Amino acid sequence: MSYHNPHTPPRKSATFDDATMAEIRRAAATGIYDIRGAGTKRKVPHFDDLLFLGASISRYPLEGYREKCDTTVTLGTRFARKPITLKTPITIAGMSFGALSGNAKEALGRGATIAGTSTTTGDGGMTNEERGHSQTLVYQYLPSRYGMNPRDLRRADAIEVVVGQGAKPGGGGMLLGQKISDRVANMRNLPKGIDQRSACRHPDWTGPDDLEIKILELREITDWEKPIYIKVGGARPYYDTALAVKAGADVVVLDGMQGGTAATQDVFIENVGMPTLACIRPAVQALQDLGMHRKVQLIVSGGIRSGADVAKAMALGADAVAIGTAALVAIGDNDPKWEAEYQKLGTTAGAYDDWHEGKDPAGITTQDPELAARLDPVAAGRRLANYLKVMTLEAQTIARACGKNHLHNLEPEDLCALTMEAAAMAQVPLAGTSWYPGKAGF
Amino acid sequence: MPTFDLSNTPLRDLNSALHRLSAGANDTAFEVVNPRGSHAVAVGIDSPVKVEIRGSVGYYCAGMNDGGTVTVHGSAGPGVAENMMSGTVVIEGDASQYAGATGQGGLLVIKGNAASRCGISMKGIDIVVSGSIGHMSAFMGQSGHLVVLGDAGDALGDSIYEAKLFVRGTVKSLGSDCIEKEMRPEHLEKLAELLEKAGIADARPEEFKRFGSARKLYNFNIDNADAY
Repeated sequence: MSYHNPHTPPRKSATFDDATMAEIRRAAATGIYDIRGAGTKRKVPHFDDLLFLGASISRYPLEGYREKCDTTVTLGTRFARKPITLKTPITIAGMSFGALSGNAKEALGRGATIAGTSTTTGDGGMTNEERGHSQTLVYQYLPSRYGMNPRDLRRADAIEVVVGQGAKPGGGGMLLGQKISDRVANMRNLPKGIDQRSACRHPDWTGPDDLEIKILELREITDWEKPIYIKVGGARPYYDTALAVKAGADVVVLDGMQGGTAATQDVFIENVGMPTLACIRPAVQALQDLGMHRKVQLIVSGGIRSGADVAKAMALGADAVAIGTAALVAIGDNDPKWEAEYQKLGTTAGAYDDWHEGKDPAGITTQDPELAARLDPVAAGRRLANYLKVMTLEAQTIARACGKNHLHNLEPEDLCALTMEAAAMAQVPLAGTSWYPGKAGF
Repeated sequence: MPTFDLSNTPLRDLNSALHRLSAGANDTAFEVVNPRGSHAVAVGIDSPVKVEIRGSVGYYCAGMNDGGTVTVHGSAGPGVAENMMSGTVVIEGDASQYAGATGQGGLLVIKGNAASRCGISMKGIDIVVSGSIGHMSAFMGQSGHLVVLGDAGDALGDSIYEAKLFVRGTVKSLGSDCIEKEMRPEHLEKLAELLEKAGIADARPEEFKRFGSARKLYNFNIDNADAY
């Protein structure tokens, strides 16, 4: 009987795992970094790591479907002569015509309008379809200033000065040539078919002191009517929020790293910026330190998917939330019904993120007229409205269980954390304890 | 002519008065005195009104002007005539950074010098500078014309798209993808038209050189990475 030394089983490296090595081979073969859409795909501490406590002897609940739980929110109460009031605190985040098809933008406007909330333009300007189908439209003021003009500023309901976004704090945008149709090229005043860079910083101001003057100009142009938002990516939320308040914002929009983008380098999406959960408490703290909590409203975005996420963001101190990726999914993005076509593109439903290539089978992230025609804006708008209403009902359900007659009355004391990380980031106690990291008494 | 004295009148009164002008309004000429470096003076004009500003202004004077004629009898701070749509803005003195930034139309005339980033991201505006301009001017300029009778600083026209640049003096350096280009008859004609519009009689189009895009960075190529 012969003896065989046992083989060492094949062992793959945790550092050089399959995905890492595939990316090295892809980079070596193509000589270009990976560009994609959407937000981070890595697992980060998120709202899933928080739970509501619900009612108990010391907190009594409200009756579901019977006792009122208000969801309205008014934005722009600090300086604007015409603040906007929304029926639900779930708004639609900025996404451009160019990145999205005209039908997709129309669907977002229709859905938001049915649900009584706002939608937002993006890089590339405001289209008539979007204005026409959006009862409340927020007009983004971006570094590229593509399509920026005073007429659209005046026909907007609010203005959002974009300093950064969660998917790429510090990064600009890139709309690749294949998505530059005649109309997109014309709106941006650039030749058709070239890669259009969106600048990473504004051309005519630098820093918070300049920003304050820029906001003064925008207010003067619009006769102080419009709420002015400042949108920042999740980088230094305490200081960015404080500086936005100092610069004169009515509303601060804070976008964590799960927030999506139309197209950015994967290395940027996955390695720059902070998770949404880590951003909220520092921002709220800044507002509280300045005596401006609830006076300057805070809109949180980045990975909001359900009414539970909405309720958790609001319990941590947000006044409202914004959704982007989730809204696209609601209108049909990554729908398994297009699986055969996703396969042809080398991907699968649920993973499709080459939004910059303009080949979206669902007709959403494309300028191809045939693909875009697949999306019925009326039916898609209805789906979005349904989804917004479900999320609102879910948030109300939780708020009532916590005894709150308005979503704004949710508070950190209604929450506990499942992990040390979430406890530290959200500054709510680890479940079953009265302690979170950073709090004295460990 | 209504006169707004900014030493005792809120800025908001001036700008809202300039916005309320319907077609056929009686008052179409305004005077602003004692601006004393105020920001956002005469912004958002949306009719063919004339505004004479007696003194120097701060940031964003005549911002987003759409059809007005604004003359600053002094110097202008950063971002004068930013995002102008149409009309004319004349600065008798010097202009600070970002003059005419992202302008989509109209004519900006600077009789003195302009600082850095003049015409940054310009999108159709015409800018004529009698003096010299600072570094990074016409950065990412998309369209329109920038005419400089004096010299241009470093990195002129960096990452330029289709804006056309004309410089009579020296150019310290050109930015990425900006090259000197042939001056063809249509360019001489356009230059003559712009000089005339700006009221400049002592410069001839033939004295200028033309600069524009080499168009090598229009579509991303990894082998151009050292140019970015």
